[in-house]
Amino acid sequence: MDDLYRELILDHYKNPRHKGRLTESQYEFEDENPLCGDHLEVFLKTDEKGKILDAKFDGHGCAISMASADLLMDSIIGKQIEEVKQLSKQVILDLLGFELSPIRLKCALLSLKVAKAAAYEMQEATDELIA
Amino acid sequence: MDAYTIKKDFPIFNRSIKVNKPLVYLDSAATSQKPTAVINAMKAFYENSNANIHRGIHTLAEEATFHYEAARERIAHFIGAAEPAEVIYTRNATESINLVAATWGSKNLKSGDLVVLTEMEHHSNLVPWYIAAEKQGFLIEFIKVDDSGLLNMTSFEALLVKEPKLVAFTHMSNVLGTINPAKEMVEKAHQAGAVVLIDGAQAVPHFNVNVTEIDADFYAFSAHKMCGPTGIGVLHGKKEILQEIPPYMGGGEMIKKVTFAGFTANELPHKFEAGTPAIAEAIGFGTAVDYLGSIGMNDIETHEKKVTRYAMDLLSAFDDINLIGPRADKKGGVVSFVMDGVHPHDIAQILDSEGIAVRAGHHCAMPLHERLNIIATTRASFYLYNTKNDVDLLLKGLDKVREIFV
Repeated sequence: MDDLYRELILDHYKNPRHKGRLTESQYEFEDENPLCGDHLEVFLKTDEKGKILDAKFDGHGCAISMASADLLMDSIIGKQIEEVKQLSKQVILDLLGFELSPIRLKCALLSLKVAKAAAYEMQEATDELIA
Repeated sequence: MDAYTIKKDFPIFNRSIKVNKPLVYLDSAATSQKPTAVINAMKAFYENSNANIHRGIHTLAEEATFHYEAARERIAHFIGAAEPAEVIYTRNATESINLVAATWGSKNLKSGDLVVLTEMEHHSNLVPWYIAAEKQGFLIEFIKVDDSGLLNMTSFEALLVKEPKLVAFTHMSNVLGTINPAKEMVEKAHQAGAVVLIDGAQAVPHFNVNVTEIDADFYAFSAHKMCGPTGIGVLHGKKEILQEIPPYMGGGEMIKKVTFAGFTANELPHKFEAGTPAIAEAIGFGTAVDYLGSIGMNDIETHEKKVTRYAMDLLSAFDDINLIGPRADKKGGVVSFVMDGVHPHDIAQILDSEGIAVRAGHHCAMPLHERLNIIATTRASFYLYNTKNDVDLLLKGLDKVREIFV
């Protein structure tokens, strides 16, 4: 528990660096976690070579989901859109730096699911994206 | 009754959570804990009388049948049913409602008909009707919920003018705790010519419910929320109406006769109990109503009201806490709230680290949360084994939440 709510998470939850919306984004997706009603949108702005120039998220959710989203946005800026498609759930676990129960894992992985669905330009996100 | 003594009837309270935290169980609206008597009754059945019920010509089958049917009689008595044949065993309240939607609903609801539900329903009393409406094309309208968390009776009466075929509502909201005036609503709905179904999943466990007095055509509830096992529930229905509706599932036990040409349905209640049922669970359910009866539903209700009022008084003193639902005198033992700046999941997680079990989310009532304009709530729900000390520990847990988040 002390792990779960350590400084890093609370800081990114209370003072997110990448929360907001991008009007000139090439990639956008939004989804919900039906378990808790958390809602998340991701906006990715790329250059002509597919390099991510800026990434933002918007929505509402618990500290774990919001902090994970902020950390994920931070980590993908500067990466190629193709690299986002290849991300696995391990990237989130590495960013958070601790293990999560299966239920809270869903909270943490929502942003990854939405970001990957945006990168793939999908109509509907599936859990396979974060398997 | 003394909740501290009652707690000793429930072996789960012997365990601790995390590092030596006593279990503070505030999630009985989801499922209740089980007393030793119920656990032992099921164990005794498996150890001494296990057999399939009905038709068996041997000692064990006779004993199993006897216990299964005796439990039905005790449950029927507990809810004031006119006779045991009106008590249909199902898996749970959800299955009871699905049964009505699929049988009575398929026979009686047609395109252009109106079904009236309320804005405070659990998904279990929404989705079965949505599924039926997709097939049969009837309309669904909702009795409004006031900002105070009560059903708006003006909106109810306005809907009755439209002559609905069915009015289905919850006896007690699993989120707001609101206890609806069931008897009065049934009377009005009947006057308007509607059939009435009540979802009593949150009511029967917590206060005296007499289905004959309430007079609804169908009344659904689950064992697991009232000290009984999971996997068994009841649909109470009036005999006349149960007799005229088609069977639900086909199989063994629900038939009188089967030929190559067809079948004749069995008599009530067996007509609706296809296949080998949850026998041990039925027996456990019978013991659960005996247990609750031995304590007394009126005493249980009084106790829960006391604990609920205590919790609401303490919680309402905090500026960062917003209580959802009506005043304490209009509701049962459910206290849902939102806390400024902290998501319910985070509250629940931190409380869990203190050994406190609450529920966080939309509690299977997403439309109600939409109506209340909130995403999710934290819910503490009380039962006969909860004490004021449990409430004090909840308050201490919330202090810990503030410590971490503020």
